[in-house]
Amino acid sequence: MNILFDERLDGELARRDKTEVLTDIQQAVPTLTLLHREEDLRPFECDGLAAYRVLPMLVALPENLEQVEALLKRCHALDVPVVTRGAGTGLSGGALPLEQGVLLVMSRFNKILSVDPDARMARVQPGVRNLAISEAAAPYGLYYAPDPSSQIACSIGGNVAENAGGVHCLKYGLTVHNVLRVDVLTIEGERMTLGAESLDAPGFDLLALMNGSEGMLGVVTEITVKLLPKPETAKVLMASFDDVEKAGRAVGDIIAAGIIPGGLEMMDKLAIKAAEDFVKAGYPLDAEAILLCELDGVEADVDDDCETVRRVLEKAGATQIQQARDELERAKFWAGRKNAFPAVGRMSPDYYCMDGTIPRCELPRVLKGIAALSEQSGLAVANVFHAGDGNMHPLILFDANKEGELALAEEVGGKILELCVAAGGSITGEHGVGREKINQMCSQFQADEISVFHALKAAFDPKRLLNPGKNIPTLARCAEFGAMHVHNNELPHPELPRF
Amino acid sequence: MTDLAIHAADRDISERLCEQVRTAYETRTPLRIVGGDTRAFYGRPVEGQPLCIAEHSGIVSYDPVELVVTVRAGTRLSALQKALAEHHQMLAFEPPSFGENSTIGGAVATGLSGPRRPWAGAARDFVLGTRVITQEGKLLRFGGEVMKNVAGYDLSRLMAGAQGTLGVLADISFKVLPIPTANHCLRLPMSLEDALNKLAELGRLPLPITAAAWHAGELYIRLEGGNSSVKATQERLGGEPLEASFWRSLANQTHGFFHLEDGKALWRLSLPPHTAPLALDIPEADIFYDWGGSQRWVKTTLDATTLRNACQAAGGHATCYTPQTQGGAAEPFTPLNSVVEKYHRNLKAELDVHGIFNPGRLYAAF
Repeated sequence: MNILFDERLDGELARRDKTEVLTDIQQAVPTLTLLHREEDLRPFECDGLAAYRVLPMLVALPENLEQVEALLKRCHALDVPVVTRGAGTGLSGGALPLEQGVLLVMSRFNKILSVDPDARMARVQPGVRNLAISEAAAPYGLYYAPDPSSQIACSIGGNVAENAGGVHCLKYGLTVHNVLRVDVLTIEGERMTLGAESLDAPGFDLLALMNGSEGMLGVVTEITVKLLPKPETAKVLMASFDDVEKAGRAVGDIIAAGIIPGGLEMMDKLAIKAAEDFVKAGYPLDAEAILLCELDGVEADVDDDCETVRRVLEKAGATQIQQARDELERAKFWAGRKNAFPAVGRMSPDYYCMDGTIPRCELPRVLKGIAALSEQSGLAVANVFHAGDGNMHPLILFDANKEGELALAEEVGGKILELCVAAGGSITGEHGVGREKINQMCSQFQADEISVFHALKAAFDPKRLLNPGKNIPTLARCAEFGAMHVHNNELPHPELPRF
Repeated sequence: MTDLAIHAADRDISERLCEQVRTAYETRTPLRIVGGDTRAFYGRPVEGQPLCIAEHSGIVSYDPVELVVTVRAGTRLSALQKALAEHHQMLAFEPPSFGENSTIGGAVATGLSGPRRPWAGAARDFVLGTRVITQEGKLLRFGGEVMKNVAGYDLSRLMAGAQGTLGVLADISFKVLPIPTANHCLRLPMSLEDALNKLAELGRLPLPITAAAWHAGELYIRLEGGNSSVKATQERLGGEPLEASFWRSLANQTHGFFHLEDGKALWRLSLPPHTAPLALDIPEADIFYDWGGSQRWVKTTLDATTLRNACQAAGGHATCYTPQTQGGAAEPFTPLNSVVEKYHRNLKAELDVHGIFNPGRLYAAF
């Protein structure tokens, strides 16, 4: 299945002569760095979803707000689409360029503008790396909570675009819960501030809307994030299970005991083996599943909670429970989990990472479904799971050099996401829809719901110039791919031609 | 759901509501969306045919282990809170209630949050998904009943605080949290300046504080968390014990402070954390600092422009809680700048083209 922009289904894009566009923008913004030669454009042809590559018409590397503003005004006047990109680590192809479009790379907006320890907030530019914010806040005993596993490299602007999560979401929230204010430029080049340094702002909550909007509503130029006091201590328990379902039930039991862990992660046998071979985290190779449960907060409370969790895990049938003895061992336990993706990468030439979410109680059923899909397709699937918040990351192992295996992996991936939707979940918990899951959107939403999304988009960008083709499918695409949510056995929009 | 039905009349009238909206859309009849009718004071008056939500009530699903509850908008706040408390859980944003008839739909539509807001999050932070009746009278689902879901635009959170001007909230799914095992509330005599500095200092430490207010020479603090940390912090801070109900009286504005006289209006000033006292001609007795200083209630006869200019200079905004008919400001909400207003109008035009949903509730123009 090819997910590249298809004008027949995704809507027509204006055709502009590259030289004319280049000259126009150069004249309007003479100081702006613009790349246009093929060898210069090549490094920008994909983001973290590297299976798909498109050479953009032009790459713009602005250094200040005035340049972005002027660039957007010209693109708007010329009907040239704009795809905004941060660090390019996104896994759903949200920053996949367009042949007829400008790729707006915000990486030079990389300054931390201020850290205010008394107000517990930091003002940063969108190209600042996620981890750099916590590093800048550390001298004050503060940190920025959302920690996607790419946090060394990913930028905060991209985090806002995708509403990025991480392993601590259940307790500390997603990006949307930790951003106080964003400054954006509209496609018409107007400056707009959404949210505020105060805890609310008048009018509609456009700040919430901007988070996770995948660069479709505006270009984020500055972000004010909330900082939290670093927990006094964090302790990790690792529990082994001889049965995946038991591990799944133990997750619910911990929550039922009134405990909200800082992190609660699960890995299945294949993922355990991959991680152990790679980083020697001390994981039990004979276990069918392990749970990592991190409890953080004030020392005395954490000790109490560790005891409670230990009892819960024992009762849930854990075959072995280990508490990290010190910071070194805690880091080792986490190293296995945090390196699970590259570890799986070593076992197989390629892997395809999924990002579905489900209600936790559906875990056993969905895992069974995944196992069946794996068996039918002959492709192994390793499961890594933010168990606390029901966010699954099945990793489908395949070899792109084998004829048809990429397509097969994508097909299995698509079916896994449909399983998640059928279980009452979502096709994406934190990686975003981007281009990757554009067709699966049709199984999560009905045509009328998708029409409302288009209406929202039209309120901000009626010419559909900001990141066209991402996030929200056209109804024509949904009709074509047949995955359209069928409600009461009636096909929505019977007037649309089907192929 | 029989055990849950005990708390909330279990009735789904969404089809009827959709039909009413469809008719209003066709006949271009403005609707005034009403739940328990306890929040009409908040916002501009709406002229329209009432669309009554209160009957659309009941808990649709609640699984404490999932930390998720889905509830019909007309459900009484008190009924929902009772059902959650039976499982030692709560709505962590501590929604204010303005009477027994207050509904959860009204709580989300107004987007108001109680004293726990700075530490736990706002109403919108706990909204996972909604079922919304659109202008064409269609019942559509946005978001979901899972903790993480980034598929499509976050329409559900947009509805929180939009006061029904973009659509009718029918059902809402929330993330709920366990009620903390231990709590202790205390009061400390302290000057305002010392209190604000103290709060900034404490805010940088990992302490189990979940509410902090200052009024008339006293700092009020609530501690919630594990037994050990609450006890340790209580010993560290000292002070006199305080009734836990103090915080409810603050959230629900039943505290004596909220009694108005001498033609004064009640204003809510929302300011960045650690903002110094504003240079306004208001006696200290007429100011109540909540949210660790970020939310300040003032009783004053000062005009809207004076208050708003002072707040804006400090990076915040001011909302008038007293209706115009009782001496409050004509525009209760801070006017938007021209760019932001343009996109508000665009949004309203897309989602409510005929202006049938609570027209003029937020701003006269839409």
